[in-house]
Amino acid sequence: MKNPVAENVAKFLKHFPPFSSMTFEELFSIANLSKIIYLEKNQILFKGGEETHENFYVVKSGAVGLSLTSDAEETLVDKCDEGDILGLRPFFAKNHYLMTAKAREDSIICSVPIAVFEPYITENKEVLKFLLQSFASHTRNPYDKEHSGKLISENMIFAEHTTDIQYFQPIKYTKNPVTANLDDVVMYIAKTMSTSSIGSVIIQKDQLPIGIVTDRDLRSKIATGLFPITITADKIMTAPVITVPENISVAEAQMLMLKYNVGHLCVTKDGTDKSQVTGIISEHDVVAAQANTPGMLLKQTRRAFDAKELKVVRDRMTELIQNSIDKNIPVSHITNIVAEINIAITRRAIELAIQEMGAPAPARFVWLNIGSQGRKEQLLLTDQDNALIFEDIDSNEYETVKSYFLVLADKVVRMLNNVGYEMSPDDVMANNPKWCKSVTDWIKQYNIWINSPEEKTVQLSTLFFDMDFLYGTPEIEQVITDNIEKSIQQNKKFFAYLAADALKNPAPLGFFRQFLVENDGEHKDTFDIKNRALEPLGDAARVLALSHNLVDFTGTYQRFKKLAELEPENEELYTNCADAFNVLMRFRTEEGLISNSDGRYLNLKELSKSDRLKLKNCFQPINEIHDLLKNRFSLTYIN
Amino acid sequence: MALDWLIGTNLPQFWKNYLTHFEKDDNHEVHKRYVVFDMETSGLNWKDDVILSIGAIGINDNAIEIGDFFEIFIKQEKFNSHSVAFSDVIKDDDEKFVEAEAIIQFLNFIKDATLVSHNINLDLEMINQALKRLELGRLKNTFMDTNALFQRWQHHVQDTQVSLDEVCDALKIKKSDRLTASGNAYTTALVFLKLKSKLGI
Repeated sequence: MKNPVAENVAKFLKHFPPFSSMTFEELFSIANLSKIIYLEKNQILFKGGEETHENFYVVKSGAVGLSLTSDAEETLVDKCDEGDILGLRPFFAKNHYLMTAKAREDSIICSVPIAVFEPYITENKEVLKFLLQSFASHTRNPYDKEHSGKLISENMIFAEHTTDIQYFQPIKYTKNPVTANLDDVVMYIAKTMSTSSIGSVIIQKDQLPIGIVTDRDLRSKIATGLFPITITADKIMTAPVITVPENISVAEAQMLMLKYNVGHLCVTKDGTDKSQVTGIISEHDVVAAQANTPGMLLKQTRRAFDAKELKVVRDRMTELIQNSIDKNIPVSHITNIVAEINIAITRRAIELAIQEMGAPAPARFVWLNIGSQGRKEQLLLTDQDNALIFEDIDSNEYETVKSYFLVLADKVVRMLNNVGYEMSPDDVMANNPKWCKSVTDWIKQYNIWINSPEEKTVQLSTLFFDMDFLYGTPEIEQVITDNIEKSIQQNKKFFAYLAADALKNPAPLGFFRQFLVENDGEHKDTFDIKNRALEPLGDAARVLALSHNLVDFTGTYQRFKKLAELEPENEELYTNCADAFNVLMRFRTEEGLISNSDGRYLNLKELSKSDRLKLKNCFQPINEIHDLLKNRFSLTYIN
Repeated sequence: MALDWLIGTNLPQFWKNYLTHFEKDDNHEVHKRYVVFDMETSGLNWKDDVILSIGAIGINDNAIEIGDFFEIFIKQEKFNSHSVAFSDVIKDDDEKFVEAEAIIQFLNFIKDATLVSHNINLDLEMINQALKRLELGRLKNTFMDTNALFQRWQHHVQDTQVSLDEVCDALKIKKSDRLTASGNAYTTALVFLKLKSKLGI
């Protein structure tokens, strides 16, 4: 019987490989057994970890995104549009999908039963060749600059890079771990541990994790005779226990263990200690998951005893970035790792400087990185921007204390400079008396910026709203952020100034959609990606995040992601901004690695045509976000 | 003879078969089948005009089953120059069936599926008229109207007639192959899937 619908589907398939090498009759009979499905935007076609379906899918219209989930965060790996094939994984491995396929817009999908298509793979050499080729070259990858053909998705893109990608994949850990109660006797806990050969037991109260008893506790507190073996668990447990969300990556797990100096992490439903325990990650799990990794750099940082050794770490980190970029590891992952290492280096520098001072700090203090370091967005060598806040003290001691911290900060700043972090050109550093002062003075400073903004000071003050408290007393951080949250509320004028500042950067494209390049100076004819593209996004994210009182979120990517959650009506724009930001960061990093600079100035002539297009595509969200700022903060009032 | 049909003794076999589909207990149905259809007619008057062709396609589990397809062209007993304009495909007569045969095949295809069409009332009435000419009862199927669904999604209060073209525009569905009954049925099926998902039916 005739079937014009099947004929149309067959005609459609005929345009795309590998179907193009098949006859119309073959395609017609395949179409006859296929189905058409409709996906609402954000509807999930299949989920990573889910059992593979009996069908594979061809996008007929719309777009479907493929993403990997780890660290409880989705990373878009690929976007499939008309004619792209996805869900071919069952052909190669009959287990579970690796990635999640989710409609990025309303989409119409043709679903083809694998059993129907399978005979053609062996019969038709071209089909087989296509599948094998795209499988081997894993060409379908948006970060791949050289390749941009239409090829298969959701296959084995990462097959050859398993060792690298594993590091960013969710870690495997023990589910449903052994737990005990506060009043359980340690001897019985030890017996349970040895019979089930485990190294730790989580101590629960009301079904919530409040502590952990590990081999280490038994060794140091029981075996040494410090406590009798008949004592209850609450006396010797380590508390609180460090909790993490499910889906944490190997990298993240290792970072947290080093950060808190623990050997076990407790996995809970939502990652806090206020939810049910679902598993436990041990150091062994981390070691088993990877062999040779950036975690080693962190360890090395901790053991470094002078600037020279820290410099070795910093140099090796550049290699690590280069490798990660080559291997197409998502930029957001790279920046996370790099930020952690940068923080560790700074911390170590502070520790070493305190040792050098010969006297402990006379008051509690915090060290904060600000600007791009505060946003954790520096991939390559960038300037230092930092500040120091010490607790309020008697006015007659003020000068002595302040001079101690100025000397300390000077040592840190110089050491970091030796490691390779350039001095701040505007002298925004903790060894400057202006940026090294007490809590009260800082609150005054912030209130001036917030309550009486001026055009001149706005640009400087924005640096201080991207802050990362990386060393010292958490209470001081709390006081400062609480005060900021309180002061910025309903402060229209402040936001208007911030928003106006966000609109100041020069446009990336001219009237004819051509790139606007630098007219003169050292960087003549290059494109200033920092000033014209990255900064506008960063500035927009800041003002919008602050207007939602999101003082704790400082990364541009994280800010946009959070904004997308808070404003569902602008979700698409914010997501596009977040994605554009990552793409731009990648351009900048690659340029920086090639020219051994901070990557700010792109040489457009060296970019391929498709890269220039990719770059241009990032500018649309910038325009849209500018319009949103203008409307939301009524920018016609000032200027 | 004709009266025998009406009291149910001498009903033709195809009609009996059709009716048995509705005897099943509804609760047992796990997979509900929908049939989206469209027809070309000689005009909009259900009393005088006749069906020229029918196209229909099945939906199961929120998926259009491309193979579950039906298309038929109907021989015209009286030539009506007016009607030719409506039908762009002039088929050879041997590819066409008489109305009675077309209706039999259509009933065999739809079984007890829920019928879906755009502005379904006219289409249903055309089929019921054809059934009446065979001295049979009316269609038993439940039905849904994509126009009504669209109104519901748009939260329109009063009934407005919106053409399939306009609905496609509003839902951003490509209006491909809108000239034949089967092409229309396919387009309507996409509209239906989309509205079904938006309305959570």
